[in-house]
Parts: sequence; C-alpha cells; structure tokens
Amino acid sequence: MIRFDNVGLRYGMGPEVLRDLSFSLVPHSFQYLTGPSGAGKSSLLRLLFLSLRPSRGLIHVFGRDAATLAPTDLPKLRRRMGVVFQDFRLLDHLTTYENVGLPLRVLGRRETHYRADVMELLHWVGLGHRINAYPPVLSGGEKQRAAIARALIGHPEILLADEPTGNVDPPLARRLLRLFTELNRLGTSVVIATHDTELMNQFPARTMVLEDGRLQIHN
Amino acid sequence: MAVSRSTTEATPISTPRLRLFPAGRRFGRRVAETGPGPIVPANSIAGNALMIVVAIMSFLACITVGAVTLVRDAAHDWQQDVLREVTVQIVPLDGADIEAGTARALAILRQTPGIGSATALSTAQNETLLEPWLGGLDMSELPIPRLIVVEVADAAAIDFAALGAQIAAEVPGAVLDDHRMWTDRLRSMANVTVLVGFAVLLLVFAATVLSVVFATRGAMAGNQGIVSVLHFVGAEDGFVAGEFQRHFLILGLKGGLAGAAAAAVLFALLGLAMTMLRSSPEGAQVSALFGSFAVGPTGYFGALGVAFAIAVLTAITSRITVFRYLGEVK
Ligand SMILES: Nc1ncnc2c1ncn2[C@@H]1O[C@H](COP(=O)(O)OP(=O)(O)O)[C@@H](O)[C@H]1O
Ligand SMILES: [Mg+2]
Repeated sequence: MIRFDNVGLRYGMGPEVLRDLSFSLVPHSFQYLTGPSGAGKSSLLRLLFLSLRPSRGLIHVFGRDAATLAPTDLPKLRRRMGVVFQDFRLLDHLTTYENVGLPLRVLGRRETHYRADVMELLHWVGLGHRINAYPPVLSGGEKQRAAIARALIGHPEILLADEPTGNVDPPLARRLLRLFTELNRLGTSVVIATHDTELMNQFPARTMVLEDGRLQIHN
Repeated sequence: MAVSRSTTEATPISTPRLRLFPAGRRFGRRVAETGPGPIVPANSIAGNALMIVVAIMSFLACITVGAVTLVRDAAHDWQQDVLREVTVQIVPLDGADIEAGTARALAILRQTPGIGSATALSTAQNETLLEPWLGGLDMSELPIPRLIVVEVADAAAIDFAALGAQIAAEVPGAVLDDHRMWTDRLRSMANVTVLVGFAVLLLVFAATVLSVVFATRGAMAGNQGIVSVLHFVGAEDGFVAGEFQRHFLILGLKGGLAGAAAAAVLFALLGLAMTMLRSSPEGAQVSALFGSFAVGPTGYFGALGVAFAIAVLTAITSRITVFRYLGEVK
C-alpha cells in the first residue's frame, strides 16, 4: 500500500537525514520503526503521511505517485491513514469526545450520526469516563489514548504512531501495544516508531531500523 | 501475555468484542444537548477590534446612503415646486399690440392640457412688483413687459419646449420661462451627489475588505496549530475556510448592524431637530429651500441593506483570504 524507492530527505541545505530508503508496507502488516533518537524516525513518518516531500526518490501511497498528487487529492489520501503524533496535537479547547470526533466532523458527518461510534471507541481505549474532559487536564497516558482514538475513528487502512509509548509507564505501554496488535488483527496496517526495545521484545514483529540515515529491515 | 492484566491498570481496555465500532449506547449528556463546540475558538480571533472597525465602516456607509437619499429627495421636491409654476413674459415690441399678444398667449396656454390656470398680471400689479426697484417713477412711459403666471397641474403632460416654441412663434416678443436652467442644475447636482456617494461607499467597502483580510490572516497565523491538525485529519480547504468564515460572518453581522443602528438613530435625531426647527421663521426658510430635510424610508432601508452587504462582504473576504493563505502555505 506504500512503497519507497531510493528516497532521500534533507532539511534545507543540511545533510541528508534519510538516504536511499527502499521498502514496502503491505496491507495487514505490523512493523516497528526504530533507531536512536535523531535517526529520522519522525521524518520518515512525516514522509509516509505526505506532510513532507522527499528530496529525491519516489514515494507511492495507495498506488498514487506522491510527487504528482493534486492538492485536492491530499485530504482524500490522508483520510485513509491515521496518525498519532509524538506531541498528540489534540485541540485544547475541544473535549476528548470532540477531539476524537473531529475527523468525522471534517468529513461533514452529523454529530448525531457519529456520536455512538466515538463513544464506542472511547470506551475501547478506556476513556469512557473522560469524554467531557479537556486535554489540558488529561494525564499523558489519557492524551495518548485520545490521540490514538482520533487516529482510528475514520477506520484508516494504516496507522502511523510516533513513540506512542514514550510518555507512559510500562503497564500502560503494554496495554497500548495490545490495542495496536488487536487493531492489526482486525485488518489495519500498523507502523510504530519507538526505541523501547523491551516492548519490541515482548511483542515481536517486523522491525525497520534506522541508523545513519539508512534503513535495515529485520523480519 | 501473562502481564496483560496488571493490577495497576485503572481502566482496563477491553479488547474483545470489537466489531469495529458498531452503534453503542448513547453516553454523555453534554454532547447530546449542545453539539460539538466550534473548531476555531471565537476568542482566538481578534474579534473586538475588527467588529469596531466594521461598525464604524457600516456607520459611514449608512450615513453616506442617508445623505444621498436626502439630497435626492430634496432635489426632487424642489424640482416639483419649481415646475409647479412657469411664467410667460411678453416684451413690448414696436408695431406689436401687446394686449392682443397677451390675449393670444393666454388662449394658447388655456388650451394646453396639463395647465391648471393662466393669469396675466395687470399693469397695476406689474407696477407694484417693480415699485421697490424703480421707486416713484411714472411707469406708464416705460416699456414694461407683461407677465403671465401659469400654474401647472400636471408637469408630465406638458412638452415645455414645444409650448415655448409655439408661443414664441405666434406672439411676437413672448418668452416662456419654465425654469429649465434651474431644474437642470438641480438634477445634475443630485446626480453628482449620488456619484460621490457611490465613490465614498466603494472606499468604505474597500477599507472593510482590507481590514478583514488583515484580521483573517492574523487569525490563520494565530490558529496555525488548529489548521495543521485539521489538515492531518483530512480536512479540505473549504472546510477550514468554513470554520473561519462562520466567525467572520457573525462578526460582520454584529458590526454592520451596530453601525446601521447608530446611523438610524442619527437620522431620527436629525428628523426630530428639523421638525422642531421648522416651527421657527428661520426653519421655515430652510425647509422652503431644502424640502423636509429628513431621511425617508429609502435611507433607512438602504442602511439596513448596507449592514447586510458589509456582513456578506466580511464573510466572503475571509473565505477567499483563507483559501489564498492555505495556497501560499503549500
Ligand atoms: N524541521 C526540521 N528542520 C531541520 N532539521 C530537522 C527538522 N526535523 C528534524 N530535523 C533533523 O532531522 C534529524 C532526524 O530527526 P527526527 O526525524 O525527529 O528523528 P527521530 O524522530 O528519530 O528522533 C535530526 O537530526 C533533526 O535535527
Ligand atoms: Mg521523533
């Protein structure tokens, strides 16, 4: 569903952060993206999510060449992906419920039509009691789960999560991982950027390792 | 996984029975009652300053509309008054019988449809009129013209040019004065006022548009985080624009109506002042010259129209600005 061919990335005039990346992400797959801090994990996720353009190379997303996309195609492709940012990017003036419902609202859905879906999902991620809380009063783990719920509400074909266990304690990290594996079992492809080796050992999966801008894949 | 049910977990995540979010029970009283809150918070837009600017612009535009209608109405009234009376002047010429000419002119006038009455001033009346200028002179020796005062019943039915030509042809030395010079001047003065009014309106609208452009760009820059989240969750530019535009429409409506209301109050006060003034002798002169000098219904409705035009202009401008801004960011 996503393919990279000899992709390189540099910021401005700086050195190449990513070099000669070639790989594919197939449907129903589950993989980690790992590497030391500053290796370029977040940058690679941004490329996957089409919020950065590569300096060179080809990226195909859902069969479309990312370089030739019209601006109006971008929203349609993004709706097929869910993304969880390292810093959550929840809107502080909206409740947890409203934040999670946002992707459906953006589609022009009526609140009465999506309310039940949002509630179901909030309960699934364990935020049923926090629906009317605003993000500033949520704990790190609760924000994390709200961000995950927002990424999932539109039934994405692929979920991209940047350090989703970075700010939570180990038990919650394991719960989130179980949530991702469950989601993957139901058919969603999952990419998790993390440097939590203990967690990767507990839930072994395909691992993409970034080091010095290059990518190695361990199946 | 043995660790999966840790006792430290406050809210267990129930992973089973997930049919990808089938319709569940209705939770949450707040959401059910009020619906979701605005995506772009109203207080994140520099609203008050812009609203005051819009109100001032609307006020100026309404005053302009009021002034234009005032001048038009006054010019119209005045023109009507002037056209209600015309005069025919017959200059004594050598060899012409001025009495016969006067009788002929009266006959022509009385046959013309639209003329109410035609009366020739007698020699005595003529002398009374001229007395202040000529003093105690014996006027029977002077070649004094005869005057016929014509009351017009229906100005629209009369072709003054043709009538004047006919009288001039049949009565030697006769001239019809229909005050055309004055009415023409009045009409062109009124037209110029309307043009100036339109120019002022255009300037006011242009200033409004520019203020809204600045305010919208400020709001976009201030809400960059919201805009980027909207894009990440798949929002199209039209959706983003709609979220901003909604605030600006409300803001434009409030400001526009406030300005129009202030202008309407001013119109009403002016009308009141004119009514009070008219009871004094000076006021009578002023109203004789300028008509009622009160803003009529056209002015009030025009002000209301201006208020809505400003609101719509504000909303459209903010929408276009959002699209352009998003285009630049890409
Ligand atoms: N917006 C940016 N502008 C310039 N350099 C950046 C930017 N974002 C990331 N970088 C650089 O790219 C490299 C990879 O960063 P990042 O993708 O955030 O790595 P990771 O997520 O693995 O920690 C780092 O050296 C970082 O300084
Ligand atoms: Mg990172």
